[in-house]
Amino acid sequence: MTLPGATAELAVQRDEPALRVVPRRHPLRWIAGGGVLLLLAMAGNSLVTNPAWEWDVVGQYLFAPSVLRSVVLTLELTALGIVLGFALGTVLALMRLSPNRLLSSVAWGYVWFFRSVPLILQLLFWYNLALLYPRLSFGVPFGPGFFDIGTMDLIGPLTAAALGLALHQAAYAAEIVRGGLLSVDPGQREAAAALGIPRVRRLFRVILPQAMRTIVPNAGNEIIGLVKGTSVVYIMALPELFYQVQVIYMRNGRVMALLLVAAVWYLVLTTALSAVQYYVERHYGRGRS
Amino acid sequence: MTSMVELHDVHKRFGPLHVLRGVSLSVRQGEVAVILGPSGSGKSTLLRTINHLEKVESGTVEIEGELVGYRRAGGQLHELHELEILRQRTKIGFVFQSFNLFPHLTVRQNVAEAPLSAQRRRRAEVDALVTRLLDRVGLADKADAYPRTLSGGQQQRVAIARALALEPKVVLFDEPTSALDPELVGEVLEVMKDLARTGTTMLVVTHEIGFAREVADTVVFMDAGRILEQGPPSQVLDSPRHERTRAFIGKVL
Repeated sequence: MTLPGATAELAVQRDEPALRVVPRRHPLRWIAGGGVLLLLAMAGNSLVTNPAWEWDVVGQYLFAPSVLRSVVLTLELTALGIVLGFALGTVLALMRLSPNRLLSSVAWGYVWFFRSVPLILQLLFWYNLALLYPRLSFGVPFGPGFFDIGTMDLIGPLTAAALGLALHQAAYAAEIVRGGLLSVDPGQREAAAALGIPRVRRLFRVILPQAMRTIVPNAGNEIIGLVKGTSVVYIMALPELFYQVQVIYMRNGRVMALLLVAAVWYLVLTTALSAVQYYVERHYGRGRS
Repeated sequence: MTSMVELHDVHKRFGPLHVLRGVSLSVRQGEVAVILGPSGSGKSTLLRTINHLEKVESGTVEIEGELVGYRRAGGQLHELHELEILRQRTKIGFVFQSFNLFPHLTVRQNVAEAPLSAQRRRRAEVDALVTRLLDRVGLADKADAYPRTLSGGQQQRVAIARALALEPKVVLFDEPTSALDPELVGEVLEVMKDLARTGTTMLVVTHEIGFAREVADTVVFMDAGRILEQGPPSQVLDSPRHERTRAFIGKVL
């Protein structure tokens, strides 16, 4: 059926030329933009003209061997904390999701405890473990020991720092991994089970790659947080970046310049990690538009 | 004709809900059984007990005479080890209502996964199989696409190819067209009709009465956890014995 009236109406010819579209003006945006530019210029100018920033001293210490060594130590502590933390965190997340009530309760209790106690306190606790247990013995539980070792010999400052960071990080990692595993559609697990795919393969081939989409952004936050978080181990006199610049400025009094050295290095490290995170996210986002 | 799928007095409860109340069913080799019934009648649960996605409370499920999920010993049924159950599942294809394709794997990887990891078949052999199956469901050109880029009908056809990749003895379909836009239902039903013609044993839960009439050897009508009646489509669909069956078919037609 046709509607001659309607088509005729649609076909009405307009005599005037096509109308140009003029976008709305935003004068306030221009004013705000101008204000921000002015403030940036003032800040930049003072950075350059105020000699108290001592950029030459910053340049002098930025690549000093002692500073470079401390950057390496910061990276090592971060890597230890993240790798051990996420390894233990993954185990805790799987325990938490286990149908065994004892396993899930223990995992819950771990997360509760290690998230509740400040990191700096935990570090001091591990560092001073010898006060509680002067010697550590290895052997059969409740049975004879094979050998024992002085706690101070086993847990030096570096071990205490790595241990504290990893145990603390594991509590957060457990929640991140658990959240990631729960974010995967249950139908995925079911489809994999229906296809007869073995349990371990199901976890690593089907579930984890999808969970990574949720895990990676949160894990990225944690890693970047830990790069800076390693600075609290300065209380154990470990020469990581923050402790090292303190040692130097205590000696030469160039406080601001050396704090700037540390700030520049933290910026470099976190920027590099953000870039890595971008590519890892893109990898696990494949197949999603 | 030997019995391919044999259910005997299967009971299943979800808490206080008695979902399956003594279901017995026999499907012969090469037969297509279509299960109809209102939602909540236990159709999907019945299908899921056949590959042990749901455990049964009592009764037995057998594929080619082999108990699924259990071992008979000393008058008791002992649940099998996980690996045994996984081996049994490779004989049973399952097609889900919501496809459940692996979104991070390509079409080819989706179809190849189970033969490679569950059946440990050789890569070259599996590659040839995948190519053949994708050709069969009309998606040879989509092998390297990710599922998200396909239409619902195409995704379900990939899911069917994935189920067939195990070269199963029987394929179970759980409302395979219910999540599809109406214009995409036909292409999936065409693939299923082709399977039926080539002698695949199939159990299909669906609301597509037309498909049941054209393809089914047996139509099973379920209500409230029981099989009310079963028989050839002409009998169950055109002259049902039970009032409940008549009312249901009257509504969906």
